[in-house]
Amino acid sequence: MQSFLLLTLILLSVGGYYLGRNRAFAVAGGQIRHLHSLPSFYGSYTALWCGLPALIVFAVWAMLQPSVIIDLVVAGMPPELRNLPPDQLNLAINDLKNLVSGNIVSSTPDAAMLDAANRYRNLQLIGNASLWVVILTLAIASAAYAWRAISPTLRARNRVEQVVNLLLILSSTVAIFTTLGIVLSVLFESILFFRKVPITEFLFGTHWSPQTALRADQVGSSGAFGSVPLFAGTLLISGIAMVVAVPIGLMAALFLSEYATPKFRAFAKPALEILAGIPTVVYGFFAALTVAPLIREIGAAIGLHVASESALAAGLVMGIMIIPFVSSLSDDVINAVPQSMRDGSYALGATKSETITRVLLPAALPGIVGSILLAVSRAIGETMIVVMAAGLSANLTANPLEAVTTVTVQIVTLLTGDQEFDSPKTLAAFALGLMLFVVTLILNIIALHVVRKYREQYE
Amino acid sequence: MSTTTIEIKTALDATLHSDTDADKRSSVEVTDYNNRQTVGKITVDHPKMVCRNVNVYYGAKQALKNVGIDIGINEVIAFIGPSGCGKSTFLRCLNRMNDTIVACRVAGQIKLDEDDIYDKSIDVVQLRARIGMVFQKPNPFPKSIYENVAYGPRIHGMVNTKAELDELVRASLERAGLLKEVEKRMNEPGTSLSGGQQQRLCIARAVAVNPEVILMDEPCSALDPIATAKIEELIDELRENYTIVIVTHSMQQAARVSQRTAYFHLGDLIEVGETDQIFTNPKHKLTEDYITGRFG
Ligand SMILES: Nc1ncnc2c1ncn2[C@@H]1O[C@H](COP(=O)(O)OP(=O)(O)OP(=O)(O)O)[C@@H](O)[C@H]1O
Ligand SMILES: [Mg+2]
Repeated sequence: MQSFLLLTLILLSVGGYYLGRNRAFAVAGGQIRHLHSLPSFYGSYTALWCGLPALIVFAVWAMLQPSVIIDLVVAGMPPELRNLPPDQLNLAINDLKNLVSGNIVSSTPDAAMLDAANRYRNLQLIGNASLWVVILTLAIASAAYAWRAISPTLRARNRVEQVVNLLLILSSTVAIFTTLGIVLSVLFESILFFRKVPITEFLFGTHWSPQTALRADQVGSSGAFGSVPLFAGTLLISGIAMVVAVPIGLMAALFLSEYATPKFRAFAKPALEILAGIPTVVYGFFAALTVAPLIREIGAAIGLHVASESALAAGLVMGIMIIPFVSSLSDDVINAVPQSMRDGSYALGATKSETITRVLLPAALPGIVGSILLAVSRAIGETMIVVMAAGLSANLTANPLEAVTTVTVQIVTLLTGDQEFDSPKTLAAFALGLMLFVVTLILNIIALHVVRKYREQYE
Repeated sequence: MSTTTIEIKTALDATLHSDTDADKRSSVEVTDYNNRQTVGKITVDHPKMVCRNVNVYYGAKQALKNVGIDIGINEVIAFIGPSGCGKSTFLRCLNRMNDTIVACRVAGQIKLDEDDIYDKSIDVVQLRARIGMVFQKPNPFPKSIYENVAYGPRIHGMVNTKAELDELVRASLERAGLLKEVEKRMNEPGTSLSGGQQQRLCIARAVAVNPEVILMDEPCSALDPIATAKIEELIDELRENYTIVIVTHSMQQAARVSQRTAYFHLGDLIEVGETDQIFTNPKHKLTEDYITGRFG
């Protein structure tokens, strides 16, 4: 019903576009150069006048209508219903809505409820009908106003561009406000958590065991929230990943930018970037089902004890996943080193490898560091691979052959399944998330800063 | 600057400004614009480099056609000609910098002393140590002034101790006339110098590996007149020890610094001769048109 109205509105606007454009032609006497703006701008101007005000009214109306109707219905209910305590009244209203939409109702409806439902339906019909009338009238009226206003001196382009400008600003703020909202809500929940668990225990405690006792006599649920083992595990796995990704990624970048023929590069660079497009869950089962058992078998063969979910397996696979980040960004910064640097070096009789190690790499170093930092923050935040391939036990160890757990894994386990939303256990997830966010934010800021500084170098 | 160059300059000015100088016009030997045979004497008594039948292609497009010329020991030779005629291309053939351009193909013979530089047995790295190059835009490495000059000697293992390297760096900067200005700031980045200083730094960098030939591709085109004068003076001094090939768009500059001049036109080497003869008494109509400003 309402989507149909929306469609009608769009059609009207399209019509408005053509009417406006034609009128522009007409008032210009067929001479476009007499117009302030191109005819299509007059069309857009009319279309915007037709669509926008109606759309805004439509949105406000659609938001208000349900509550207005409820209020009206409640006001018309018999006093014994109307004067129920608020929570029971809410229940009754829910019943009413279900009754109207034909869903299952909690109790058999009595006469008063049926009556109220009837009036609800009626009001809805009236509301929708008047919505149609109001919207269509408004759309046509404002379109007519715009259409009449079209004259060769009307600055249609400027007006349309203003609207477009506004649209762009709105779109950009969506992302900002979403981020802000997420950060604030995480911060808020974290504060709730730190009320129950001291922040010092969280930051410096070395024991992680988030099961809190539900009953005082429950055994085995100590509820310790020391996050150090989690961050240690994250660091260990990210460290292994970087040990894999940085050298391979860098060498791949060097090969691509300095040695590969243009033909090979045109094929290999996108191919490397596809690696970044593989869903991490695929890497995850690759890590859990192929790499981890393989490492354990190799370990067994040479007499080492390797946990079946070792940090090494998760780190290796994560490293593979990160290679394209390092290689693609590094390739870009190495390429950005001006050709004149290479020429200068070659002209002095330097070989390719001398040019790379003594001129290109030092010149590109800040950019490479930036790309590595971005890759690190990616590794720290990575979840799927570690959920599948790293363990759940919060070991505080530096041995890559043992099972460790990471911050992201713990967040997942804390929040999967049925949870109370005010237990420290659940809130701990928010605190962990906040910490993780802060760490990656700092890394990203440093990385961006370094990259920007590098950009200025050749300008 | 020597008195001869000043004379040449006066003569050049006369050429540039005289419209009715009929007897000079009559000295032109080749009046056919379509005759692209090189006129003038391409050989010299003591050649450092000998080029014969050099043809260069960028993909299918031919950039140089049958260029043949000698470059004498301890002379400054200037390449002039309209934009796109192949001066840079030819210059880059002389130290095989064209190798770095994938689409570029060079045919013909270019000899440095007795060695064919395009021969398989030639190591291009050693070749470029013998033939240095200075580019149009100063391109110091993003390193310190000291490191910029020390770069070449280091990669070629020319010195054994830090003291020797220090000495070599100072000597090279001195040769490039830059030592006084940078003595106190050897550890500052080379990019912090002014354009003219940067260009002299690049010359010092080239001189540091002790090349036999120095190629310069419009070395002054990014510089102001004072910096230009300094570099021209420098070229004059460097001539004692090096053979110098310079590409320039300024005919005054060619007249001031070079002993011989070669005029290129659309991939052809049109005329070669003593610099004062080229500027006062060109033998090819194309050369005359160019130096009198009727083409270019
Ligand atoms: N890398 C390249 N790829 C393809 N063609 C090229 C390349 N470099 C130069 N050319 C072509 O070769 C011809 C000669 O170029 P070259 O740079 O040698 O001219 P030039 O005489 O140095 O000109 P200018 O005085 O403008 O520097 C030009 O037509 C140019 O388009
Ligand atoms: Mg050039």
